[in-house]
Amino acid sequence: MNKIFETPLYGYRRHADQDMTTPATHTVAIIGAGPVGLATAIDLAQHGIKSVVLDDNDKVSFGSRAICFAKRTLEIADRLGFGDPLVDKGVVWNLGKVFFDDRKVYEFNLLPEDGHKRPAFINLQQYYFEEYLVRRARELDIDIRGKSKVTSVVPGEDHVTLDVDTADGPYQIQADWVIACDGAGSPTRSMMGLDFVGRVFEDNFLIADVTMDAEFPTERWFWFDPPFNRGQSALLHKQPDGVWRIDLQLGWDIDKEEEKKPENVIPRLKAMLGDDVNFELEWVSIYTFQCRRMEKFRHGRVIFAGDSAHQVSPFGARGANSGLQDVDNLGWKLAAVIKGQAQDALLDTYDIERIHGADENILNSSRSTDFITPKSDTSRIFRDAVLDLSEKYAFARPLVNSGRLSMPCSYDGMPLNGVDAVPDAPARSRPGMPCPDAPYQGEYLLSHLGGTFTLLALNTKCPEDIKIDGFTISTIGACTKEAAHHALAERYLGDAQQAVYLIRPDQHVVARWPEYDETAVKDAIKTALGENL
Amino acid sequence: MTDLILTPNIAKADDFYASLLSAHEGLSKEDSDAFNARLILILANHIGDSAVIEAALEAAKQ
Repeated sequence: MNKIFETPLYGYRRHADQDMTTPATHTVAIIGAGPVGLATAIDLAQHGIKSVVLDDNDKVSFGSRAICFAKRTLEIADRLGFGDPLVDKGVVWNLGKVFFDDRKVYEFNLLPEDGHKRPAFINLQQYYFEEYLVRRARELDIDIRGKSKVTSVVPGEDHVTLDVDTADGPYQIQADWVIACDGAGSPTRSMMGLDFVGRVFEDNFLIADVTMDAEFPTERWFWFDPPFNRGQSALLHKQPDGVWRIDLQLGWDIDKEEEKKPENVIPRLKAMLGDDVNFELEWVSIYTFQCRRMEKFRHGRVIFAGDSAHQVSPFGARGANSGLQDVDNLGWKLAAVIKGQAQDALLDTYDIERIHGADENILNSSRSTDFITPKSDTSRIFRDAVLDLSEKYAFARPLVNSGRLSMPCSYDGMPLNGVDAVPDAPARSRPGMPCPDAPYQGEYLLSHLGGTFTLLALNTKCPEDIKIDGFTISTIGACTKEAAHHALAERYLGDAQQAVYLIRPDQHVVARWPEYDETAVKDAIKTALGENL
Repeated sequence: MTDLILTPNIAKADDFYASLLSAHEGLSKEDSDAFNARLILILANHIGDSAVIEAALEAAKQ
């Protein structure tokens, strides 16, 4: 059994900052060494910005927690330099089965499109995700301080003062910027007296991670109202190391402490898996959830990212995946502001773009929850009618909602977007969209994008290494007449003959034109840096 | 886009009404409710046009 989450990975070590008579100053302090905090530190480090990461713990998260990592997260992880270990270790799945009562009503295949480096999803315990992040952070010499609890956050005019508590007593530091990645229960949010409003769902779910020798296929199985959990739902999903995630809906009026006891958990699992299956419990937890977000994610020099800023129900794997999209959005903007390449106002667009993302996730996960747990007799009647019909008729299957799996967010109509001057090009690569991957020069396109602004020239020429406002814009290009670039043409040209794309450091499209025009590109970069806000 | 039809559109109105009632004959309240739900979903899918469906939802509110 894996006990990585019991081993300290960034144990407490006394730091010179603790012996200073006046508080040490840092450019960026990150509160929380979970997936969002560590990924932020890595993104900033890749932009040449140092940060200090403070966490009240000293190890990766306890239990498997988040287990579904979406393609976009893997692409972001690739850009941050830890994509390979995730995919090497993770379990790839495509097939999902939906059961209603005692029968299978239908199955779906995520049918991954060819020509992408990464699969649609992998399943991986959160502790592995964090372990690989810590490893990557170590390569970049990131200052992670374990058992260092932030007890006070005081924003000032041009810096933020933090009190940090340790085994050796408290000390103070000052940071120009603070990124609060301290989870749904964010102490930073409470210390600053900020709101976190939304909808509470009156339901409890039992998560049991078990190791077993049974041969269930690598598929996602979801039950509505099964005989072994009447009136409720159930989920079975595979993780690496022979670990299975079992999720059983329990309803509202339960005694959590009682339900968590092995003597109560084991009979439930036996009823589901059959008496003859041998299994061992790795982790048991009971959770309730809310769908809510902060009114604003940016509060001057303190910026919230991940669960501290927004919380969703687990259906659809939109928690950790949306947190990584926050990081992707914030990293380059904060780096540009710190380096003086962009005005402070650029950070307000983190709010605009990621609040839009959070609202999309809250909408989707609330709808899934309403389908899984009907709130009235009538909604249950319709829900059951959909499930009954789905067995026989294809039309009803898109209505079945056991979680709408996390898809990358598009920033349609947002202020950093430039023009779409190629009307015949496909909608999937319009301004605001994350770039779809495609085979490119024997590799994959996304490996060549990100970190900086990039011009992608297809069947037309762009000058190389253009400098605009002190930025070096990287230029890549391809002729799509070659058969190997078929997918590139389909995803970026459609019916158009040629195009020039301007792509942001987070791989989202800024603008596209039929050909290179220096003035147009300059204007678009200014827009993307928030100069027209 | 077609508008929602709210003028007579079923040729043999009495026949339609009789079929609707006979489909429910002998069903418990619960089974009738389930039948109605399935029927609504099937008809809504047949219509498809979300503007027409929205107009129908509005018209049904009275």
